[in-house]
Amino acid sequence: MTPDRRNGGRRRRRDLMVPEAEFRSYYGRPILKEPAWTLEVPWYFFVGGMAGASAPLAVASRVTGNHRLARSALTVAGAGVAASVPLLVSDLGRPERFHHMLRVFKPTSPMSMGSWALAAMGPAAVAAAVSDRLGILPGLGRAAEVVSGVIGPSLCTYTAALVANTAVPVWHEARRELPLVFAGSALASAGAASAVLTPAADAGPARRLAVAGALVELAAAGAMERRLGELAEPYHQGPAGRYARLARGCTALGAATVAAAGTRRRWAAVAGSGLLLAGSALERLAVYKAGFQSARDPRYVVKPQRARIEAANH
Amino acid sequence: MTLTDLPTPTFGGGYDGEARPRMGFFTDTSICIGCKACEVACKEWNLVPEDGPLRISGNSYDNTLALGANTWRHVAFIEQAKPVQMPDVDLAAAAAAGAVAGVPPARDGLRWLMSSDVCKHCSSAACLEVCPTGALFRTEFGTVVVQQDICNGCGYCVPACPFGVIERREGDGRVFKCTLCYDRLKDGMEPACAHACPTRSIQFGPLEELRERADDRLQALRELGVDDARLYLRDEADGIGGAGAFFLLLDEPEVYGLPPDPVSTTRDVPQVWRAAAVAAGVVVAAVAAAVAGGRR
Repeated sequence: MTPDRRNGGRRRRRDLMVPEAEFRSYYGRPILKEPAWTLEVPWYFFVGGMAGASAPLAVASRVTGNHRLARSALTVAGAGVAASVPLLVSDLGRPERFHHMLRVFKPTSPMSMGSWALAAMGPAAVAAAVSDRLGILPGLGRAAEVVSGVIGPSLCTYTAALVANTAVPVWHEARRELPLVFAGSALASAGAASAVLTPAADAGPARRLAVAGALVELAAAGAMERRLGELAEPYHQGPAGRYARLARGCTALGAATVAAAGTRRRWAAVAGSGLLLAGSALERLAVYKAGFQSARDPRYVVKPQRARIEAANH
Repeated sequence: MTLTDLPTPTFGGGYDGEARPRMGFFTDTSICIGCKACEVACKEWNLVPEDGPLRISGNSYDNTLALGANTWRHVAFIEQAKPVQMPDVDLAAAAAAGAVAGVPPARDGLRWLMSSDVCKHCSSAACLEVCPTGALFRTEFGTVVVQQDICNGCGYCVPACPFGVIERREGDGRVFKCTLCYDRLKDGMEPACAHACPTRSIQFGPLEELRERADDRLQALRELGVDDARLYLRDEADGIGGAGAFFLLLDEPEVYGLPPDPVSTTRDVPQVWRAAAVAAGVVVAAVAAAVAGGRR
């Protein structure tokens, strides 16, 4: 075996029935760079998604006359976007230049589009929540509520577009399913948060939304892993594997609890919602960590690209 | 003949009278001797800081290891138990005539591949296309450069690059990579690495001219019997639309730590946005359905 014909630095297991297909690399070193991002990023994915799904829930509740649920959802939306800004700014290498995000408007950059969406939705959601709580400028508050409700859904899913629009195999090759994973996760967390904050008699839509979101999240995550095939390995190994297992356990248990007893028992609604919130956050952490693990191993880069070349040559 | 007279198309347009022919690098690794003069010249000219304490990697003579914020040229060293492909010279006859000291035993070969890697200045540059501040831009020479007074260190370009070139600098917070010596080009000089290369392994010039030179070199090597020679990133039909810095390699790209079939993520951005829009529609539909089900 020549020195360059290493198996990506992975130890060989003698008990393997089928030997892993060999690939060549430069001393097993990574080809891609791991992202420079820190943990603020997955937490932003979580709170931003929760806020984004809460905003349309507020509008829909208002339209159907459920003002208590509208107030809860609006509070979650306002608090979520307010928490998003410091998370995003502190992750920058040069936080004092955060406003450079609004120098250009660039459809090839989901981060650019997301910055504009957040810049539009943030003030609207906060203004709507403050107006509703304090009862000031109700007309303006309602208008702001509609604006945030319209922009909110994009805030749930652009973050998936952001990570999918990279060279990292576990993110890029999941580009069709990842937005749905994030949408489900956002719906589950938004429903759960409003279910906790709203009296049981008015919280029916929130509980149903939480359960539906959980089902979307679980189904989309399964579809994503099937699509990824061998590239999905990070979801079963290391930190991403642990987060993914915990996320799916919490989400399934939370959804079952809310669906089974959430209507009748307040404690079940609260406990189930807590599990769903945890599951949603953990799913984002799993996706985030998986990207690092995927970027680190040259096998995930070389093997699919080599296969593509072979396929083109035949 | 001045640079602007050359027929090479300018890149992207928008520079009016300032546009220049697209400039680039052709790195012919078949004549690289691994001296690392390019690494040193790059660091010196561009005032690139050291990248931590010197460590011995054990990976042949490569202790630089990878391109990054503080390494804009990186010389890879690969030792292979494979005879060097020599031009067809009758060594036995030459030895008998006393022209060479002896004939190396066959099948006892060890070849040493060396290659100076650099930012590829892609035609479809993912780093530039995902940059949300406009800090990364296309110069009048068709190269890709970070404006350091604009970059806010968001780090999006880092995982977007299919070659793992660009990186955030520790302690600074901004991203850095090869500028193809933008300042030297402005003054009509060649980049520091190409200037320092003693074997002309690193060649600088108008891209169209370099491509012709590379095609001639490949053909010459093939005729000499070096059948594992190949050009990498020369073709505009590849996943990055061809590179401003391309290479002649003597083995598969992944052996040098290069992706064999890189694709700019921007090629898939319509699909990414479509999926995000559909998922946002699912959010709206789920909310509507949940609320329509009644208050309890």
